[in-house]
Amino acid sequence: MEAHSATASAPRAGFRLPGVGAGLGRGAVVLYLSVIVLLPLAALTSQAFKGGLSTFWEQVTSPLAVSSLELTVVASLIVVMINAIFGTIIAWLLVRDEFPGKSVVNAVIDLPFALPTIVASLTLLTLYGNDSPVGIDIAFTRAAVVVALLFVTLPFVVRAVQPLLIEMDREMEEAAASLGASGFTVFRRIIFPNLLPGLAAGVALAFARALGEFGSVLLFAGGLPQTLVASVFIRQQIESGNEVGAAAVSVVLLAASMLLLALITLIQRWSGRHERSIVDRGLTGMSLDLGAPRSGESHGEGDDDGRE
Amino acid sequence: MGITVEGASKRFGDFQALNDVSIEVPNGSLTALLGPSGSGKSTLLRAIAGLETLDGGRVLIDDEDVSKKPTQKREVGFVFQHYAAFKHMTVFENVAFGLKIRKMEKAKISARVHELLQLVQLDGLAERYPSQLSGGQRQRMALARALAVEPQVLLLDEPFGALDAKVRKDLRTWLRRLHDEMHVTTIFVTHDQEEAMDVAGQLVVMNEGRVEQSGTADELYEQPATEFVMSFVGEVNRLGEHFVRPHDMAVALDRDDGAEEAMVQRIVALGFEIRVEFVLGDGTEVWAQLTRAELQKLELREGQIVYLRPGQTKSFSGDVPPSQGQGASTPHGSRDGGDAEVSAAV
Amino acid sequence: MGASSNRHSRWGLRTLGLGYLTLLLLAPLVMIFYKTFEHGLAPPIEAITSSDGLHALKLTLLMVAIAVPLNTIFGVGCALLLVRHRRRGSAIIDAVINLPFAISPIVIGLSLFLLYGAHGWFGPALAEAGIEILFSVPGMVLASIFVSLPFVVRETVPVLQEIGTEQEQAASTLGANAWQTFWRITLPAIRWGVAYGVVLTTARVLGEFGAVTIVSGSISGKTQTLPLFVEKQFQNFNLPGAYGASVVLALLALTTLLAMNVLKRKEDA
Repeated sequence: MEAHSATASAPRAGFRLPGVGAGLGRGAVVLYLSVIVLLPLAALTSQAFKGGLSTFWEQVTSPLAVSSLELTVVASLIVVMINAIFGTIIAWLLVRDEFPGKSVVNAVIDLPFALPTIVASLTLLTLYGNDSPVGIDIAFTRAAVVVALLFVTLPFVVRAVQPLLIEMDREMEEAAASLGASGFTVFRRIIFPNLLPGLAAGVALAFARALGEFGSVLLFAGGLPQTLVASVFIRQQIESGNEVGAAAVSVVLLAASMLLLALITLIQRWSGRHERSIVDRGLTGMSLDLGAPRSGESHGEGDDDGRE
Repeated sequence: MGITVEGASKRFGDFQALNDVSIEVPNGSLTALLGPSGSGKSTLLRAIAGLETLDGGRVLIDDEDVSKKPTQKREVGFVFQHYAAFKHMTVFENVAFGLKIRKMEKAKISARVHELLQLVQLDGLAERYPSQLSGGQRQRMALARALAVEPQVLLLDEPFGALDAKVRKDLRTWLRRLHDEMHVTTIFVTHDQEEAMDVAGQLVVMNEGRVEQSGTADELYEQPATEFVMSFVGEVNRLGEHFVRPHDMAVALDRDDGAEEAMVQRIVALGFEIRVEFVLGDGTEVWAQLTRAELQKLELREGQIVYLRPGQTKSFSGDVPPSQGQGASTPHGSRDGGDAEVSAAV
Repeated sequence: MGASSNRHSRWGLRTLGLGYLTLLLLAPLVMIFYKTFEHGLAPPIEAITSSDGLHALKLTLLMVAIAVPLNTIFGVGCALLLVRHRRRGSAIIDAVINLPFAISPIVIGLSLFLLYGAHGWFGPALAEAGIEILFSVPGMVLASIFVSLPFVVRETVPVLQEIGTEQEQAASTLGANAWQTFWRITLPAIRWGVAYGVVLTTARVLGEFGAVTIVSGSISGKTQTLPLFVEKQFQNFNLPGAYGASVVLALLALTTLLAMNVLKRKEDA
């Protein structure tokens, strides 16, 4: 029995707006998205190239712009690599380990999603700044940029890897062990390859977030030339009236964001999952019930429109 | 309310699900749409309900063309294979749903719902949620829900497909009894020929989007119109152009005119029936169904050479419109002698 | 790894993982509460109940009150469209919805600034009509909507897919029209997914900083939300004020976390 394309086999009844209704709905959605998202971005792009390609290039290659972009990219790369490792470890602990307070820890992982970035900045400054109760003072250094980005991107990898670990078939690992594989080998050859799509998506998302991060870096690292990230640079340009410059660098960041999103979509396709995917969960930072694995692939009862 | 479908056609992408299908369902009857996966039976059922739109042809309910009517106006009760229970509502609320939509008074709704729950033997479970019910109970709830609004027509899409064998058998009987009581024109879809023959008065056999034959269980079994119907509705052996039912295969120990020589390959006892597998001279494998008594009489052993004489065979010429049911039936001489060789074009 | 896990490596992992979390998440969180009340309750309360502080709080809540319902209605409608009426262009809609996840809030703020600013595309027309978008509430609302756009859609889509269409078909055979089916069958089935999305949207709007700071100019007592208030207090060396407001925001964040946890359990049930 061949599977039919979704549009061809969608039943006509059930909750279906009449054709006109759906058309109107689509129109409304497109209007909303255009007004809220697309028009502003178009205005941004237009402003960036207002003075022509040469001005754009000039702005983007000014020393401060370049150094801020460099710092941003390098710091983000370092951060996602660190969080890829720690995120996987933490996800592992949350899924495969038992310890007191595990459910609290699981809940707290989402803190960076829930906490305003400016508050994060302040707390990091308080803890690891010049009044530090633990004697660590990294405020207004590049390390501060890294730590701030570590904070905000922590949940991405954890939440992307967790569902994959939960859904993973233990029997694969057991089979490998029975064939003589050590713990580490099992991880390397069985577990890791299965986590890879989620890990990759989580990393890409975390990277996108880190590139654009503003609030958490602002107070903790400040806006000194050597700790200037792209977003702070842009704000400084706005404040000094250089809108073209601000727009130019913004467009660079925007392009990077779009590329990363495209990458994530590709990862999604490659890992063969449909929309109900780890990436969707990673995107919204959804906490997962550790006890009952949510069947990512299932359709609810009675979703088969048996074409018979 | 009789149902008529005329020339129904439907395609999904490249797949032709229904190809010029026409059926007549008499008022008050219990009809089965029988066929394998992909035969179009579910599509046909859903088209009658309005859950699918036809590319061509029309549907008439009680002589009224409802092809353009949306589902909610057709007054058809529909029961899904996986129940389609409203999970967030209690059993009571599920059954009451159609009545609430019609703005019936609360007291009347309550009375009707309880009446139906009694009918389907679920009273006492009114406040439970579907997730707390067994599969069979959920399906009975679905039935009560469909019947609550007094539909003109009741349509069931593989209603017992998701249930255990025992529950399936019980519900089958129960459905037939329900129909006897309520006399609502009912059509149900199944791929299980035993189920269809057990429950339905009329069967419509479908294959690859077409109707192969329709008739009573007996008619389909005794006078199959096509090879497909014959092999779908019962077991069949193929001997060249002819088709023989296993229980029509006479086994003799001595050579006779017109008998085929065969060697016993395997003897399997399945309950009270015995299945004896043979291989013919040209390598064809056939099998015969014998009773224990017959087997004992013949004292068959593996490797033994015997002589097979088919009792009644059928052959089908190609390119025959199935609805005309052309099968040549050739009864051969029976075991007790006699040489009645009659060919009849049915 | 199964039952034969190495005890040492397990403890090693635990130390590593939990230690990291403590340093990065827990310690800073504890710190904020400590620092706020270091000198007693009075300074933070005074700061937060100052007229600017109260205004900031009210403005923040106003943002939530406008942006969240709008994005919820959009989110549910859009999810229905993407799941039940999928067409070729749906992938583009999908992609656009994902944009706010990946774009820097500063970039968002700037793009709004350039669209509605005095020299922007709509600037002159708006000025003539006397409508103030920037440095005023409408601009801040637009920014809040932009940044929190995807959450309800993203949470509703998987739930919609999971419940399938059979219940809706059953409802229509029972006589329900499209609206009745939606209201009585579809919506109740997806409510926890939607609720979760609403909570995430709210958290995002509450905490938004970068985009709002650009479009609002952070004018005290006029266009300063609570996160902007935190920055302002900090710049004015009024640390208790900054901490006080931060604690309020942190408490709201913790409430959000709690709601997220409760709802995810409901959703999985």
